[in-house]
Amino acid sequence: MLALVLSGAEGDGFVPPGTKDFNLPPIIEGVEWFTKPVLLVMVSVVLLSVFFILSARKAAVVPSKFQFVGESIYGFVRNDLAKEIIGHEFMRFVPYLFTLFVFILTNNIFGIVPFLQFPSMSHVAFPYVLAAFTFFVFHYVGVRKHGLIKYLKDIAFIPGVPKPVYILLTPIELATFFLVRPLTLSLRLFANMFAGHLLLLVFILGGEYMMNDSHLIMKLFAPFSFLFGIALTFFEFMVQCLQAYIFTLLTALYIAGALADEH
Amino acid sequence: MEGTLNLVGFGLSAIGPAIATGMIFAAYINGVARQPEARSVLQPIAFLGFALAEALALFGLVLAFVL
Repeated sequence: MLALVLSGAEGDGFVPPGTKDFNLPPIIEGVEWFTKPVLLVMVSVVLLSVFFILSARKAAVVPSKFQFVGESIYGFVRNDLAKEIIGHEFMRFVPYLFTLFVFILTNNIFGIVPFLQFPSMSHVAFPYVLAAFTFFVFHYVGVRKHGLIKYLKDIAFIPGVPKPVYILLTPIELATFFLVRPLTLSLRLFANMFAGHLLLLVFILGGEYMMNDSHLIMKLFAPFSFLFGIALTFFEFMVQCLQAYIFTLLTALYIAGALADEH
Repeated sequence: MEGTLNLVGFGLSAIGPAIATGMIFAAYINGVARQPEARSVLQPIAFLGFALAEALALFGLVLAFVL
């Protein structure tokens, strides 16, 4: 960021932010893997553990503010996501769905928290791991419920279709279940966080550059860039909540699909 | 000016999924407006359709970077 400002002052022209802004240097010199997103993920785990242990420990009939917030989030995931979609077996999956939701939500919101300001999910490795968990969970419950052979047969051969169509349909269905689902699940989260962070960088760094420019007219328009950046920050907040919701919702949907008696 | 035409291609390819997503949610809103109690039935269908449509946009995004 500093380099960008300096290069702007020297009259090199505006350098638009790009993928290089996501490759942050290691925090401790020489420890290559310990970068800002890794630190943020660790912080989020500690924060969430402390918050939910504290809010659940002194559970009372008349809840404290802490307990109220914790129980609201839990109730939302349990009733609106798990119960609505998975049905009568939903209680087994609530812990996983709840953990997924709050973990993604916290890590996304880090993108707009002052001084942190980096959504850790904009590094594709983290969504990959989460999608891999979901992938194994929904295939595992499907295989456990139906048995391996029947489960695969249900996926590959949808009932009620003329026989020749299977030539076309079976590869598509198999690819959907084993390739497209985990890939899109992770890439959707990653792409949204990546694009959102880039958008904010463009407007904030652009405003900074315009303010440092020697032309008066550029200085005059700089506040508009900042204002738009602030407006987009609120928009980002909405997107971040929505993405955490969609990831959890789709996980629940996939689990429900694997548990269903016929596909 | 420098850059890659891939991104222009991605922009063009994103039009389709964008329209598709709009149509899916328009239909969902229509359905819920006509029959509010059908919400819980329609919601998973709408989001599955949305996920499928957005998958195409994501393929475009990946290809724009990979190619």
